[in-house]
Amino acid sequence: MLGLAILLGYELIGYVFHQFLGVPLPANVIGLILLFVSLMRGWVKLEWIEQPARFLLKHMMIFFAPTIVGVLVFADRIGEEWAAISISLVGSTIVVLLLTGWTTTWLAKERQRDDIA
Amino acid sequence: MTSLEQLTSTPLFGVAATVIFYAAAQLLNRKWNWLHPLFLTAGGLIVLLVLCGIPYEEYKGGGDIVGFFLGPATVALAVPLYESLKRLRGKIRAVVIGVTIGSLCGIVSVAVLTWALGATKDTVLSMLPKSATSPIAIELSRQLGGSPELGGVFAVLTGLLGSMLGPALLRFARVRGDIGIGTAVGTAAHGIGTARLLRDSETQGGISGFAMSLSSIITPILCIPIYWLT
Repeated sequence: MLGLAILLGYELIGYVFHQFLGVPLPANVIGLILLFVSLMRGWVKLEWIEQPARFLLKHMMIFFAPTIVGVLVFADRIGEEWAAISISLVGSTIVVLLLTGWTTTWLAKERQRDDIA
Repeated sequence: MTSLEQLTSTPLFGVAATVIFYAAAQLLNRKWNWLHPLFLTAGGLIVLLVLCGIPYEEYKGGGDIVGFFLGPATVALAVPLYESLKRLRGKIRAVVIGVTIGSLCGIVSVAVLTWALGATKDTVLSMLPKSATSPIAIELSRQLGGSPELGGVFAVLTGLLGSMLGPALLRFARVRGDIGIGTAVGTAAHGIGTARLLRDSETQGGISGFAMSLSSIITPILCIPIYWLT
């Protein structure tokens, strides 16, 4: 429970930053950055949060499912423009994947087939 | 019919249905690896709602409770991020430049493609921030003058697409290292792509989470000029 408390606490701090201090990033991203800094500095020990963090990450997909079900509400709209929408989504996603992958691989001088681990 | 309505009006229905479909999707996925669990879960729920005539609003009560945990799950990305940083040392510059180029080309390619294909302005503006995490895409769509709900849906669809296409496409394009795969999938497909990579490799997932948080910061900055133009 301590771990979950820390995760929610950091999200809450993120919310305060976003809502009251006007930081233009979502609360959970601010919480992520702050928790990361705290881990680096040793303010938070990895063991405290490891268990709930691994559980939440392992099952992250389920948390997206309700939003996808929300596509239902936009079924008509997406139906009218389905060709433009699907071609743009697929095309642009491929562009981002390839350009990011190639640029990073090239700059990191990462050997193909070779993992860093 | 009234008894069915009574059943579905409690948030318990939405939570239980989501968890049951997810558990079933995991079992099916174990047998057939190419079946995407998120696609199965959401697809199954949509079919259930449509077949039984349950309004989306009824499901949403419980669905929102499940979706709430996306918040702490995103915060929890600090763990793989922290662990992968040691291995990333010296490669950070490559990742930052990769994410920036990827995010920029994502916005430009969406603008060009949707404009060329004659989509409505509302659709174009809602789709621009599609590679950012859904909470950010929702906010950005609103700021740009598009529809926030549509922005969220496009972000999730993009994540789904990227997580399904990404690993195979990158292997085909000879991007095979952990840094290249993690950065590409995190930039293109945010949390959903990250969740997909985490299933196979915590290292790739951690880098993907890092790229995703980075693109959540870079995408809003890149959108500022569009905000001025519109």
